[in-house]
Amino acid sequence: MHLFNELTNYQAPSKEGYYGEFGGAYIPEMLYGNVETLKTQYLQIMEDPAFKEEVAALLKDYVGRPTPLFYAERLSKEIGTNIYLKREDLCHTGAHKINNTIGQIILAQRLGKKKIIAETGAGQHGVATATVCALKGMECVVYMGEKDIERQAPNVARMKMLGATVVPAASGSKTLKDATNEAIRAWINEPDETHYIIGSVVGPHPYPDMVARFQSVISEETRKQLKEKTGSELPTHVIACVGGGSNAAGAFYHFLNEPTVELVAVEAAGHGVNSGMSAATTQLGTTGILHGSKSIVMQTKDGQVVEPHSISAGLDYPGIGPLHAFLYESKRGTFMSATDEEALDWAFHISEIEGIIPALETAHAFSVLPKINFKPTDVVVVCLSGRGDKDLATYMQAMDLKK
Amino acid sequence: MSRLSELFKQQSQRVLNVYCTAGFPLLNSTLEVMESLQQNGANIIELGMPYSDPLADGEVIQSSGNIALANGMTIETLFEQLAHMRKTIHIPVVLMGYMNPILQYGFEQFCKKAKEVGVDGLILPDLPLYEFEHLYGTSIQQNGLDFVFLVTPETPEERLRKLDSLSTGFLYAVSSSATTGKDKDFSKVAIYLQKLQAMHLKNPVLVGFGIKDKETFDAVSAYSNGAIIGSAYIQALSKGGSIELVTSQFLKGVLN
Repeated sequence: MHLFNELTNYQAPSKEGYYGEFGGAYIPEMLYGNVETLKTQYLQIMEDPAFKEEVAALLKDYVGRPTPLFYAERLSKEIGTNIYLKREDLCHTGAHKINNTIGQIILAQRLGKKKIIAETGAGQHGVATATVCALKGMECVVYMGEKDIERQAPNVARMKMLGATVVPAASGSKTLKDATNEAIRAWINEPDETHYIIGSVVGPHPYPDMVARFQSVISEETRKQLKEKTGSELPTHVIACVGGGSNAAGAFYHFLNEPTVELVAVEAAGHGVNSGMSAATTQLGTTGILHGSKSIVMQTKDGQVVEPHSISAGLDYPGIGPLHAFLYESKRGTFMSATDEEALDWAFHISEIEGIIPALETAHAFSVLPKINFKPTDVVVVCLSGRGDKDLATYMQAMDLKK
Repeated sequence: MSRLSELFKQQSQRVLNVYCTAGFPLLNSTLEVMESLQQNGANIIELGMPYSDPLADGEVIQSSGNIALANGMTIETLFEQLAHMRKTIHIPVVLMGYMNPILQYGFEQFCKKAKEVGVDGLILPDLPLYEFEHLYGTSIQQNGLDFVFLVTPETPEERLRKLDSLSTGFLYAVSSSATTGKDKDFSKVAIYLQKLQAMHLKNPVLVGFGIKDKETFDAVSAYSNGAIIGSAYIQALSKGGSIELVTSQFLKGVLN
């Protein structure tokens, strides 16, 4: 039952938001008005030159874009190929998340919204949302699982310092999945003046496409930077970690329709794909509907969504964006996974040989480098989606164990 | 003629649809709750299938669903429990639930089985119009099940007419855009319901969300064919005690 069979342009879902069989807007009627407004207006607003200019100016002067594309010499030598790091970790607030929140806050202003709500897991998207709300003087409410509030205290403090209200999600498993449920419910309960900034390429159409477009600045810059450095805009490989999949969507976006570029998505295997403690959605999930779109979902045989596990809170999500589900199903993307232990090892390794402490999420992307057969002439881009400051507690624990 | 059509033919005023969660308060209390509801004056039973992530529901119904899931409720178990329900249940039964568990069970199989045990219709809040028309509506209709769409005060008229034309059984008017179990401003609700009345819709209209007692039931029944009560009844059941006693007291409070 494919609504979108003739897919030659991976950047464009169907009018109703389908990538193959994945996507759509499986939402209750109470959200219809809000989602319909977004659906009919997002492209028009995003293509307006004045809007583009406003976003570009903020990305340049406030976020610090373009982020560098850095040739990682020691890592390249070790792996036996050419590895470039797209330095999203150097963005204001420490990760790629702000590319999306900058775009959506200006879009929310254009829609006449007064208040912003958001969900967050580890707190990175919450911080990026609270940041742009402070910048634009908008009220900000962030929903965060009770459990995550306990284990991500520094980010909770950041959000509060930025003036946001952090509301604990006490339902279900009290983590990202439930924070998302609570944010959607809050949106149902006060829709008129409120915009919901989803942090990843998930949720009902048009969110997956909209967020992918705001994150696509990553690959847009990468193409230009590669041209300068290698003479060609196209790499042979782009590697990114995937939870919901926003940094991967951004890093892949302008290469989606370039069949020579291999797109490698790295999921979190947790304690191991078959350990029962994993977040490798494409390996463990089946077709399902979560948070308003049809995709691949980790669930029981009775269709109850299960709690995933990953050492990195940003990859600890039982679903995956519909674009990625389609990249997986159509085999346009190569899906790999990395365990908690591999990610930890690589976080330390990259710190030691490149002088960059990556986020735990990003460390998953590095973990697959030795598993791929690269040629010495290959050009590999790894999306360095975030910096590791927020993971210091985990890294300190790991160092104590090594002693 | 379907049981729902038959009901509305005989009774066009103050039709009371009561929601209960399958497998709540106990795994095997489903039928007992349904029988009590029928016994004490409910006209329609809306039987909720518990789900881990029920977006449209407030905390009362969600927490009853969590208890039901912990009790071991599944769609498969539910159909076993309902296999002989038509020996004792004569009023219309509508299943309410979310798409994900049904997709796992198999959508076509689900519709077939629902019809087989004597279910009359479906309410699936996260099955929208477009997907109903293009993917799933045929299975529902071919199996002779009614399908009830939700409409809200924000639903534009053209869309409302379309949702009415595709619905059978009745139309579910959400009193305001909110999740279940929230208090409402009923003067606004009255204006909305009068507007619906003036549209002369094809289907009878039942009003849900925020209906919890005699006062609110009377208020919305004045401008519609009746109402749906959910959270308030679940709350009453949560307090414990004999299901029959709780149900008879609750429904007396609403109907008398």
